[in-house]
Amino acid sequence: MENDQDKVLNEVTSGEYKYGFVTDIETEVIPKGLTEDVVRLISAKKQEPEWMLEFRLKAFRHWLTMKMPAWANLKIPEINYQDIIFYAAPRQRPAPGSLSEVDPQLIKTFDKLGIPLEEQKRLTGVAVDAVMDSISVKTTFRETLAELGIIFCSFSEAVREHPSLVQKYLASVVPYTDNFFATLNSAVFSDGSFCYIPKDVRCPMELSTYFRINTSNTGQFERTLLIADEESYVSYLEGCTAPMRDENQLHAAVVEIVAERGAEVKYSTVQNWYPGDRDGKGGILNFVTKRGMCKGDDSKISWTQVETGSAITWKYPSCILRGNNSTGEFYSVAVTNNYQQADTGTKMIHIGKNTKSTIVSKGISAGFGQNSYRGLVKVLGKAEGARNFSQCDSLLLGDKCGAHTFPYIEVDNPSAIVEHEATTSRIGEDQIFYCNQRGISTEDAIGLIVNGYAREVINKLPMEFAVEAQKLLQISLEGSVG
Amino acid sequence: MKSEFLLQIKDLKASIDNKSIIKGLSLEVKPGEIHAIMGPNGSGKSTLANVLTGRDLVTVTDGSVTFEGRNLLDMSPEERAREGIFLSFQYPIEIPGVSMVNFMKTAINEQRKHRGLEPLSASEFLSQMREKKELVEIDSALTNRSVNEGFSGGEKKKNEIFQMAMLEPRLALLDETDSGLDIDALRIVANGVNKIRSADTSVIVITHYQRLLDYIIPDFVHVMFDGRIVKSAGPELALELEKRGYDWIRKEADIAEESWITDRKL
Repeated sequence: MENDQDKVLNEVTSGEYKYGFVTDIETEVIPKGLTEDVVRLISAKKQEPEWMLEFRLKAFRHWLTMKMPAWANLKIPEINYQDIIFYAAPRQRPAPGSLSEVDPQLIKTFDKLGIPLEEQKRLTGVAVDAVMDSISVKTTFRETLAELGIIFCSFSEAVREHPSLVQKYLASVVPYTDNFFATLNSAVFSDGSFCYIPKDVRCPMELSTYFRINTSNTGQFERTLLIADEESYVSYLEGCTAPMRDENQLHAAVVEIVAERGAEVKYSTVQNWYPGDRDGKGGILNFVTKRGMCKGDDSKISWTQVETGSAITWKYPSCILRGNNSTGEFYSVAVTNNYQQADTGTKMIHIGKNTKSTIVSKGISAGFGQNSYRGLVKVLGKAEGARNFSQCDSLLLGDKCGAHTFPYIEVDNPSAIVEHEATTSRIGEDQIFYCNQRGISTEDAIGLIVNGYAREVINKLPMEFAVEAQKLLQISLEGSVG
Repeated sequence: MKSEFLLQIKDLKASIDNKSIIKGLSLEVKPGEIHAIMGPNGSGKSTLANVLTGRDLVTVTDGSVTFEGRNLLDMSPEERAREGIFLSFQYPIEIPGVSMVNFMKTAINEQRKHRGLEPLSASEFLSQMREKKELVEIDSALTNRSVNEGFSGGEKKKNEIFQMAMLEPRLALLDETDSGLDIDALRIVANGVNKIRSADTSVIVITHYQRLLDYIIPDFVHVMFDGRIVKSAGPELALELEKRGYDWIRKEADIAEESWITDRKL
């Protein structure tokens, strides 16, 4: 029997990606391809000190010996690293201090993305670092933050202005040898955000980085380093979008977080890179290494991610729980629609005593999407009294998509308590009809059900972004119930 | 052109998977009337509810249905609901993760939007919830949970009546709402229906047994056999059916036993 609902829904698969525009701006690009000279060129463009160049070169030489990992449950198109531009920058005066120095085209671009760079227009309580292609365009509210001793600036600037902090912490959580993509990033990273919260300071506003890929054939390799000194607190959010293009674009970022004694870091991501079209053409290949170290006792790192974009997502925001009584959390919603693929999860490494971790993963698969949860809970021998709770749910829309779970549990301490729960469910036609009969359209019904399913994770996001994330979930899934 | 009938069904024929289920049914319902449709299992009662609400597993092959003079069959299920058709489901569906509050608020505001009204404010909505909860004697704890999730059979039915009270339909269809209810729940459900009935609200009670009709007194009772209404009369017909069963009607209507039990072909 022909299902009308299917038909109607397929017609309205107009969950069109609304950030797919391209900004026409003069851009400085370097030639395609990756060689030692390119690494030196990037470093020179950024006027980096010798130690930074050395770090890049070490990473590059190591990268040449590595192979792309093949263990993920993903079909990855071949990536030709000699066909990628590794540095592209909107042409403008170096390091814009005030808004009047920023190219009006850039301001317009970020306005269009809902990220006004003018401080008075910003949502109250959010400071933004806006990154386009390879460089940071503008960081807002810096003066306000500086009064508290908080450093929030672009990574390049941090290298120049705060070299001792960068040298102390860079690659302390994700070493340059860590994995293929992290090593690549270490060699060619262009910009990103740097943040330092001093001792005993509670950051009074949300800090946020907004990443935008604009130039075609360009890889984006940003690097974020976030340090929370003793007894400090910060909530950090990143958002990302890219134009719609037929070819795949590579994004390989590294985020490192260090939480000293008693510090708490909340890191939230709403990832909305271009996912490719309905037939799986184009889209961002998103290979990201995110890791936090609970270095001091009683520290806490919490990851929340809503992943709706990218053609391929390969991402495992993790916590190394080194301090005693430290806490790691991972809350994730990952959506794959059409031909999107995601292999995402977390690692919780319990080293200190009485460390606690919580994992809540909600996968949503629709269309031909493939969604894998991959997670490791590791309790080392000295992690007396470690506790973990993992909950891993999958929701299927339609019958051509897939959900997979790969949980790994390694426990070397007999006092540890590790729990794992998992469920799989699907949105039924009868649920949709029940909503229809109450006057709720099919699209809204899917939105209600999906948001209900993801609520536990969405609730962890800062308020303004929770609302955005809810809308995004609904848009990402338009036209996907069968 | 405004019709004197709220609902007008003419010579309706409908099938499921090419099997003819409703074989020429006519029914007229005026505003404020209560009609009971009775009949044995398999006579097509629930299919009628599916046709009226627009469930796509039923195909209408002939006849017409108008609601307030407009062609109902052209409308999508949600449009029918917004126009004021409410179905109390025989088997209410569980929707885990969606709170009753959120569900009801979405439903009501969709209906209001359809009628060109502003959405209810949070406080208006909550006070309406409170009022209707009392009306149908539903436990507050139920409305704090996800839609029907983990509800007992009786709780689900009460929840249907609560939703009906919230949405204030023009036409309420109660599909076997009495099945699986103990006597207290039955009384609560029936009271709920009686409280929302008005000069404007019409009700079609679809039931196998007469016991619900002890509490909800119908204006008309129709007996369905093999996809047709074979007898219509006042409330006394329900009592007679209770006493004498369905056999005598079948004989009276001259319907071969096999035809309504097994043979569903034309």
